[in-house]
Parts: sequence; C-alpha cells; structure tokens
Amino acid sequence: MIMQTLESASSVSKPLETVEPFLVVDNLVKSYPTKGGGVYTVLDGVNLIVQEGEFVCLIGHSGCGKSTLLDMVSGFRTPTSGEVRLQSKPITKPGPDRMVVFQNYSLLPWMTAFENIYLGIQSVFTDKSKSEKEAIAHDHLALVGLTDAAHQKPKALSGGMKQRVCIARALALRPQVLILDEPFGALDPITREELQEELLKIWAEHRVTVLMITHDIDEALFLADRVVMMTNGPAAKIGEILDVPFLRPRTRTQVMEDPMYYELRNQAMDFLYHRYAHDVE
Amino acid sequence: MTANVSSPPGAAFVSRLLPIVGQKLKNFVPTVIAIAIFLLIWQLLYSDPTASLPNPAKVFEETWDPLIIDPFFQGEGVDQGLFWQLFESLKRVAIGYTLAAVVGISLGVLIGVSVMMFRALDPIFQVLRTIPPLAWLPISLAALKEAQPAAIFVIFITAIWPIIINTGVGVQNIPQDYNNVAKVLQLSRLDYFFKVLLPATVPYIFTGLKIAIGLSWLAIVAAEMLTGGVGIGFFIWDSYNSGNLSEVILAVVYVGIVGLLLDRLITLIASMVVPEEQK
Repeated sequence: MIMQTLESASSVSKPLETVEPFLVVDNLVKSYPTKGGGVYTVLDGVNLIVQEGEFVCLIGHSGCGKSTLLDMVSGFRTPTSGEVRLQSKPITKPGPDRMVVFQNYSLLPWMTAFENIYLGIQSVFTDKSKSEKEAIAHDHLALVGLTDAAHQKPKALSGGMKQRVCIARALALRPQVLILDEPFGALDPITREELQEELLKIWAEHRVTVLMITHDIDEALFLADRVVMMTNGPAAKIGEILDVPFLRPRTRTQVMEDPMYYELRNQAMDFLYHRYAHDVE
Repeated sequence: MTANVSSPPGAAFVSRLLPIVGQKLKNFVPTVIAIAIFLLIWQLLYSDPTASLPNPAKVFEETWDPLIIDPFFQGEGVDQGLFWQLFESLKRVAIGYTLAAVVGISLGVLIGVSVMMFRALDPIFQVLRTIPPLAWLPISLAALKEAQPAAIFVIFITAIWPIIINTGVGVQNIPQDYNNVAKVLQLSRLDYFFKVLLPATVPYIFTGLKIAIGLSWLAIVAAEMLTGGVGIGFFIWDSYNSGNLSEVILAVVYVGIVGLLLDRLITLIASMVVPEEQK
C-alpha cells in the first residue's frame, strides 16, 4: 500500500501516465478449436483488477473456467486474446513470482518435506549460500508447523500436512502472487478449517496477494476480501463480485455472527443455485 | 527370551531362524515333487538303451566326470569346463546388454520428451523390434566381419527395444503435476532430469531392463551356435554334432538356471535402486 502511494506520488510529474493496478486481467478470452472445425470458448472477456496484498476467492460451478483463468495468471496457458499483467508486465510463462498450490499436493514423492521445499529455493535463489538456502527452507517448514516432519517423505504425511508443505514450498520463493487451486478440497472438514485459519495468519504476516479457487461459499466468505463469482461455461465471464467487509483479523465465530454474513451468503447462493444453477447433471 | 537364561547364546537366534528356513523349504516341497515326477516319467519313457534321447540317469552318468564335478576344467581350445563356457557367454551378454541399456535409456528419454522424435522414431522401432535376433546375425557378420563383435551386436539389438519402449512410456507418463511443479520452480534442465524425470521413470526403465536381460540370454545362446568359440551356445551345438546328447541336456539345464539367476539379479538391483515410493 505504501509502495502504491509512493508510485502515484512519483508519477505526478508525468500526469499522462496512469499507474496501473498490481494485477490486471484485461479482456481475457480463451478458446480452443474443436474437432468439427468449430471453436469452443471457455472464457469470453474476463476483466478483473486485483490490488497488492488482496485476498480474492473465485467461485463458480465446475467447468466454468476458473482453473483456466488462474492457469493464465500462473502462465501455464496463454490467452487467445487479451492479457494478464502483473505490475504492468504481461504474463507469458510460469515463474517463481507467481507460485501455485495445487489441489492434489504435487509433492515429489521421492523427496522429504525439506527437500521438496529446498528444490525450488536452490533453483530460484542461485546467488545465496547453501546455509542461507537451508535456513529459508527450515524457516518455512517452521512457518507451517512442520519442523518435526522435515525428513518425512510425503507418503508418511497426512493430507493436511502435505498441503502445508506445498504452501511452505510456494511461500519460500517469496512470490508476489500466491495461486491456490481448491487447496483444501480434498481435506476433511476439521483439517480444512485449521488450514484456512493458518492461511489467513500467514497471509496477514506475508502480505502476499492471494488468488484462490474454491467451491465452498463459507470458505470464501471467511477468507476473502472479495469473492469473484463466475457465470457458467462455455463462454464464462465474471458474473458478480461480492465485497466482504468483515474486519480483520477475523475469527470464525465473529464472522458467522455478523448479520452481513447471511446476507452475503444468500447473495452467493442465489447467484450460484438460482440465477446460474448448474443445469447439467 | 529373558526367562530362558540357561540356554546357550545363539539358541534364541537359531530358534527364530528355523521357522523361516522351514517355511522356505516347505514352499519348495511341491516343486521338488514335480521335478521328481518329471524325471521319473522321462526315465521310464526313455529306459530303452536305443531310445532317441538319453534318460536322466544316463545323462547324469555320462556328464559326471569331468563336466559336473569339475566346472573349472581348462583344456585346449574350446575344450573348457562349463564354468568357463558360461563365463564367456556372460561376458558377451554383459557387454551387449550394457550397451543396450545406455543407448536404450537415452533413446527412450529422447522419444519420451520430444513428441516430434516420438512420431519420427516410434514406427521404426515398432518394426525393428519384431525382427528375430538371428535375422540380424548375417547383417551383423557382414558389417563387422568378425564373429565376436557380431555376437555382441546381436545381444545389443535384441535387448535394446524393450528398454527404449519402456523408458519412453515412463517419460511420457510422468504425472503432469510434476512437470507443472518443475515449470513453476523453474528447474534447470539438469535438475529436471535428475530430480524429476529419472526418479519418476526408474520403475519403467527397470521393467524394460528385466525383459531385456531375458531376451539377451536367449539371443546369446542362439548367436554362439553360429559364431563358434568358447561359450555355452557353441558348446551345445558342438556336443550335438559329436552326438553327445547328455552334454547337450546338462548344458541346457545350466542355461536355464543362469537365465533365472540373471532375472533375479536385475530384480534385486531394481529393489535397491527404485525409490520406495515408486514401487
């Protein structure tokens, strides 16, 4: 936030140049050619502006292109037209400034928790000494409370622990944007709530910008500053954006007791199950 | 065990080991019975001294001295003990198989990572792999001019296909998640190769290597029958030509046992090399 005011102050001297927001999704279209020679449009003109340090949740039915959208932010896919810009620079390929936490953990099974985290560190921070790099890995294991499990392989870890390692691996590279694709979808409800609270704590400490896909309205309302709701595919767009005004730091009971909570929840439910009800299945 | 103070040291260990050994022996009993029945039928069918094949007792009697009791016997030229015959064959297999493993894994990785290479080479490999080992021998002899390298080439060309194909399939089957992780973490090519590709592919490589060792042993025996010299293949052919069928049968039994041991050896190496999580 301070950075932004500084930037806008410095740009006063050049009044024609407007300062671009942190992350801009600019008229993004993604379509694929079909076998019959036609075109299948997944996303049709998505516009979104995300401020630095913001926590944004994406919600929508399966197949609405949420993952496709985030894949173009992470750089795994390239847009058919339009672009995504991070700090004014168009995104063309994956990079350590945008780290992804996948739903199915995607830890390398032949490496310990520590080695999984260290792998990225030694690849990205090439100018740091070995002991510095090891210290970063240990710090991030401690951040997610897994110091004791450092030398365990993923097979010996529970689902929640694996996802903690993934979050630690992502944060260790000091990304500007953290992208989470349904990170807690495969976890049991209790572990899920624990990890949501931990994620909020880490986010508050790191002030990293978070984009997260979820299917869970309550999760989105508890975590996010804004909830982006997408229309159904094909040719999905952003349907509506909910501002979530609850004060931070949030506690679950406080949020749930707020009368606004049910208003927002009803709004989201109405959007997902009434106006854009999933007619397939 | 603490109560049994009076028993001599080691007794506890032996008493624990005995049931394991006993169990192994028990598993072996049906096999022993099956072999005994087989030998008995063979003995009865070929008990007539003028029969076309020698019976087990005759085989045993004719090969006992010196072949069975002195496998390390060294004579003139090809007149060597069975150990030396097998040793020469194994040496050829070791060279041909090692070459096949190195070239095969490299080519397998190549067709695994590059779709273009896969499209270009896979159809060729699919045709070449169906060619029987011995069909390569004339080409090999003509090209290399000498029997020894020609035999090794036959091993190489027989063993390489399953290694290439399995390695290629292994590389193509690396989970997309691992490749995505490598992309986000911006792993260098070298890091990707040694920390992602190889550990993920190793089980497939060993499947290929295991099929290949069996094939190469099949091929060496056949190749040596034609190329001659010291080696178990030519020993079989030579014994046949001199009408000594007992020697042929003994050598065939040895070939089978060595083939089994080679297979077990690769399985053992695989169990040590393949990461625990990948089994």
